[in-house]
Amino acid sequence: MRLWQVLTRAAMVVLIALPVWAVQPDEVLDDPELEARARVISKDLRCLVCRNESIDESNADLARDLRILVRERLSDGDTNDEVIDFVVDRYGEYVLLRPQTGGSNLLLWAAGPMAFLLALVLAGAYLRRRSVAPEPVANSLSNEEQARLDEILKD
Amino acid sequence: MIVELGHFALILAAITAMVQAVIPLIGAHKRWPGWMAVAEPAAVIQFLLTALSFGALTYAFVLSDFSVQLVTANSHTLKPMLYKISGVWGNHEGSMLLWLLILTLFGACLAWFGGNLPPSLRARALAVQSAVGVAFFGFILLTSNPFIRMKDAPFDGRGLNPLLQDPGLAFHPPFLYLGYVGLSMAFSFAIAALIEGRVDAAWARWVRPWTLAAWVFLTIGIALGSWWAYYELGWGGFWFWDPVENASFMPWLLAAALLHSAIVVEKRESLKSWTILLAILAFGFSLIGTFIVRSGVITSVHAFANDPERGVYILAILALFTGGGLTLFAARASTMEAKGVFGMVSRESGLVLNNILLAVSCFVVFVGTIWPLVSEIFFVRKLSVGPPFFNMAFTPFMIVLGIAMPIGGMLPWKRAKLGKVIRPLLPALALAVLLGGLAWTLQTGRSLLGPVGLFLGTWMVFGSVTDVYTRTGKGAIGARLGRLGRLPRADWGKAVAHAGMGVTMIGVSGLMAWEEEDIRVAYIDQPYMVGAYELTLQNVREAPGPNYLSTKGTVLVRKDGQDVAVLEPEKRVYPVSAMPTTEAAIDYRLMRDVYVVVGDPQDDGGYTVRTYIKPLTNWIWIGSALMALGGIFSLSDRRYRVAAGARKSPTGGVPAE
Repeated sequence: MRLWQVLTRAAMVVLIALPVWAVQPDEVLDDPELEARARVISKDLRCLVCRNESIDESNADLARDLRILVRERLSDGDTNDEVIDFVVDRYGEYVLLRPQTGGSNLLLWAAGPMAFLLALVLAGAYLRRRSVAPEPVANSLSNEEQARLDEILKD
Repeated sequence: MIVELGHFALILAAITAMVQAVIPLIGAHKRWPGWMAVAEPAAVIQFLLTALSFGALTYAFVLSDFSVQLVTANSHTLKPMLYKISGVWGNHEGSMLLWLLILTLFGACLAWFGGNLPPSLRARALAVQSAVGVAFFGFILLTSNPFIRMKDAPFDGRGLNPLLQDPGLAFHPPFLYLGYVGLSMAFSFAIAALIEGRVDAAWARWVRPWTLAAWVFLTIGIALGSWWAYYELGWGGFWFWDPVENASFMPWLLAAALLHSAIVVEKRESLKSWTILLAILAFGFSLIGTFIVRSGVITSVHAFANDPERGVYILAILALFTGGGLTLFAARASTMEAKGVFGMVSRESGLVLNNILLAVSCFVVFVGTIWPLVSEIFFVRKLSVGPPFFNMAFTPFMIVLGIAMPIGGMLPWKRAKLGKVIRPLLPALALAVLLGGLAWTLQTGRSLLGPVGLFLGTWMVFGSVTDVYTRTGKGAIGARLGRLGRLPRADWGKAVAHAGMGVTMIGVSGLMAWEEEDIRVAYIDQPYMVGAYELTLQNVREAPGPNYLSTKGTVLVRKDGQDVAVLEPEKRVYPVSAMPTTEAAIDYRLMRDVYVVVGDPQDDGGYTVRTYIKPLTNWIWIGSALMALGGIFSLSDRRYRVAAGARKSPTGGVPAE
């Protein structure tokens, strides 16, 4: 039991420093419609001090502050876009998990569709070539293969 | 002593690898059989030495030899044996040793089973495989030596990250590595073929089973990781589009493309240069994955500075092999002439579409993963690319893939008529439309994701059923069912894997569209409703574990007045690393999971409790398991058995079906 006591004491020290924990019940808005909008917005905002988490999932204090901020703005009558613009003004576009479409980001958003179109064109050309290509003359053997074949046949 | 032996064995293995990377290559060029024959024994010796080295490190971990720096940093005497062993690869140095162990194992397999390959191709492939080995032996010995001793051994170690102390995660890295490194075989064969200047059906017969095996391992590894995230991280997410996850997903997509395009090379002697390119890229993405995970460059630009030496080294390996491979490809690809002739609508063109979709979706993931870096360097915009981007940019390609898969899978080789192929699929289509439509009418005011996913999944599953059934030919139903058992295993493998993909799609869309969530302060013995379920927090108590402290709640779940389950969610604290983890309690069912997490006590005596009703979640992993199972079926087919690859005439000319 001695070890157990040591562990308990160690854990007490740790527990005091525990972070708070994703969306807390006291943050949830009474109006379910507003709360649902808050959740949608939170999923698109990055927790700035975390590795790769939205504020909706994060345990960090900063994420909690942002969640509360989002809910305050919504309660004050902001639209979703206004809330997001407000947060971006404050923290920069790094906070957005859904990157903006303007400027250089056009490349990011267009990369998939453009690559797909290009691939379709190239593949189309390839398929057309293959569909009109003449049937090759039987399997012709290289000299080396012919030699090997002769050798086998000799045995 | 044993640890030093391990270190020494590793150095010897590195030297063997250098010999094997050079001598057989010269031998193959000059046609000197003696020099070529060096490759096989060298590959086996390399593997045995690396295994010895790995065994020595495992020994140090099992005995908790804290005079070894790595053991001190990652182990602890109180840790259960399973995690002492998994601790071997639960860290950078050890995981690189595991990487090498698997790489040399594949090399040895080639030496053991490759007896029927043309000698020069075998010698060249083994040399390339060994060159990859040399790079990684150098990496581990110069920058990440696992065998460094401490001057003074401490009394106990610092423990393994508690998040990693989990059976799912203990086996996640070995499977991923088997997959990543398995693709090195495809790479080695691609380079060897480029040097030889020829690609034929025999080549494809060899590459395909290895790629398939690598893909199966990747599938299992990714599914294990995703399942782990689901039950461990505390809110039931299964995929986060994290750079590290993407790093494993990109090779998976390309391996899937590769094993399909290799079919065309094998059966029709077409798509040769594309297949070679895919083989180079697939392994290139494995290296990129290693680079991303090991350097931390993309997760956070600053982490790179923590370990610039390692990051730069892997980047150099990546540049050397991918760059070198692509250069060689550019120089030699034109020598690969295609032989097959086929129409615009044919099995061949279906497989081309499959390759386009898989390659482009891999490209999308790649661009999204590196964009933060590119944007910061070239456009001075510091930004994030998160799940919303990937969900929007990636999903459309999967939808097209889902629609096309059952049709493409049934197209005959050479020339096909779409109408003729679609007719037997009409019942599957009708069923899919029916189920999707039903889901759409039953749900009100929700996104289209659920119905669309259900439609696609049903279409793919029953499309596969149709495919298998039509293969039984004509005649009475009884006779046809009897013939089902005698179909080649590869046909079954294809159907099972394709159906698995459909099952996974249903799971993903069902979970994302119809999840219910409840967050509240719950009080002891005060029931509350979530969806159709009544939950009661009965008690919360402290309980000690082997190397952690646990706060355990008991939650009774009832539905329609019947007890459904008693769940015991936990919160653990690991004193050694001072880290808390949540252990969600999950009632797993086929149609839904009830997922409960208990949180902090509140001042008024209640506890934060989060409850999720997660519909169809397990379909995600059942589908993954089916995909892996399908791959295993195909591997076990007589015609494709790994060793059988070259038994058919190595000069090629396998008739098309």
